This record gives sequence, C-alpha cells and structure tokens, in this order.
Amino acid sequence: MSMRTPLGRVRGLGSAKEGVGHWWAQRLTAVALVPLLVWFVASLVEMAGADYAHVVAWIAEPPVAVLLALLFVAGFYHLALGLQVVIEDYVHTEPARLVSLIVVRFGCWALAVAAIFSVLKIAFRG
Amino acid sequence: MAASNRPLSPHLQIYRPQMTSVLSILHRIAGVGLGLGALLLVYWVVAAAAGPDRFAAAQALTGSWFGTLILFGFSVALFFHLANGVRHLFWDAGYGFELRSAYASGVAVLVLTVALTAIAWIAGLLVLGGGR
Repeated sequence: MSMRTPLGRVRGLGSAKEGVGHWWAQRLTAVALVPLLVWFVASLVEMAGADYAHVVAWIAEPPVAVLLALLFVAGFYHLALGLQVVIEDYVHTEPARLVSLIVVRFGCWALAVAAIFSVLKIAFRG
Repeated sequence: MAASNRPLSPHLQIYRPQMTSVLSILHRIAGVGLGLGALLLVYWVVAAAAGPDRFAAAQALTGSWFGTLILFGFSVALFFHLANGVRHLFWDAGYGFELRSAYASGVAVLVLTVALTAIAWIAGLLVLGGGR
C-alpha cells in the first residue's frame, strides 16, 4: 500500500531522497558530541582556576586543538539544526520565520568560525 | 453551523503534565539554553586568543557570583541535554519505547543530571582548593 496521495502520484512528485538528511545529521552530530563533551567538561573541571598561561598551553596541544575544532564543528552544526526545528515549530508568520532561520544559520557559522580561528591562532602561535 | 462553535482538538494545556512530555519540552528548552551558553564558550576561547588581558576579563566574568550562577545553569542544562539526548538515541535505535521503560529512563536521566552536576562541581572545587 502506498502512503502517497493519488494527486501526488499523478504529478510524479515524490521523495527527493533528502527527507532524512536533517534528522540523520542531528543524530550523527549528537553521537559525536557525547565523547567530545565528556572530554571537554572533564578537562575544564581539571583546569578549574587555571591561569592564562596554563589554559593557552592546553589549547595549543595538537590533540586538544583538533578535538576543540571538532567540538565546535559538531556543536554548532547540532545547534543550527536544533534551533531550525524550534523556529519551524513556533514561528508561523512568514518574514519573521525566514529571517530567524537565516540569522540562526549565519550566527552558528560565524560563531563556529570565530571559535575555530581562535583555537588555531593559539595553536600556531605556540 | 458557525465554524467557531465546532470542537477543537485538545491542545497542550488540556493534558496533565507527565514525565515524558515534561522531559521532552525541557530537552528543547535546555537545547536553546545551551545555544546561549555557546556564546559564552566562544567568548572564552576568543578571549584566550586575544591575550592575557582579555582572558583575565573573561575569567573575572565567569569567576563572579553571577558568572558562576550562569556556569552552574549551563552545566545543569548540558548534563540534562546530554543524558536525555542519549535516551533519545536509544529510542531512535528502536529501544525503550514501552511505557515502563520510558518512565524508568526518564528517572535515570534526572538522577544522572543531578549526579553529574554534583560530581563536576565538587571535583572543580576540590581542584580549586588544591591550589593551582
């Protein structure tokens, strides 16, 4: 039995095979974030009260810099996907909806790039 | 036959709040809250890249009573969203849908949130007390 409407079938419209893309990306980033966040929070706790030199030396360690970059990529991708769903659910008037979707996407990209640039700047400055 | 007199399908406020629905909306609220917390995280790392003075200003902010309160709320939201997110991943894989399991995992999420928050802050305070 097909779940498609007769009209849809007659028009030849159907799955664009991308419907699962958003859902899958949200799960994939979620799975990545579990170990990344456990590591990050444990590291922050270990560095409680640490001074500037200590923190910068930690960020500059190659494995730390790579993991931090991954954390920001997965985290802001996950955030963009999540906020998109929240906006789609609650913002119903058209200009506000489109504008907030664009602001969320741009904002998440900008924050992720700023954070990763900062990590790289510290890592390469030595 | 006025359309306005027709019964509407029941909406959220009709239902008694249940563990499942309350944790569901809390997951969303915590997620949005973590988005705000992410601003603080980016500020922290940008400040570290900008040099000792900017970093000291960031440390002063997070070290103040208000900053600590924000950090505490951030950590609660993080541990809740993390634990409940793992619960969601199990659901996505097809496990734990029975009503009893859904309630049991909900209780587990709440217990884990409290436990992880307590562990993180007690450990952090111990590190601070150790002097570094």
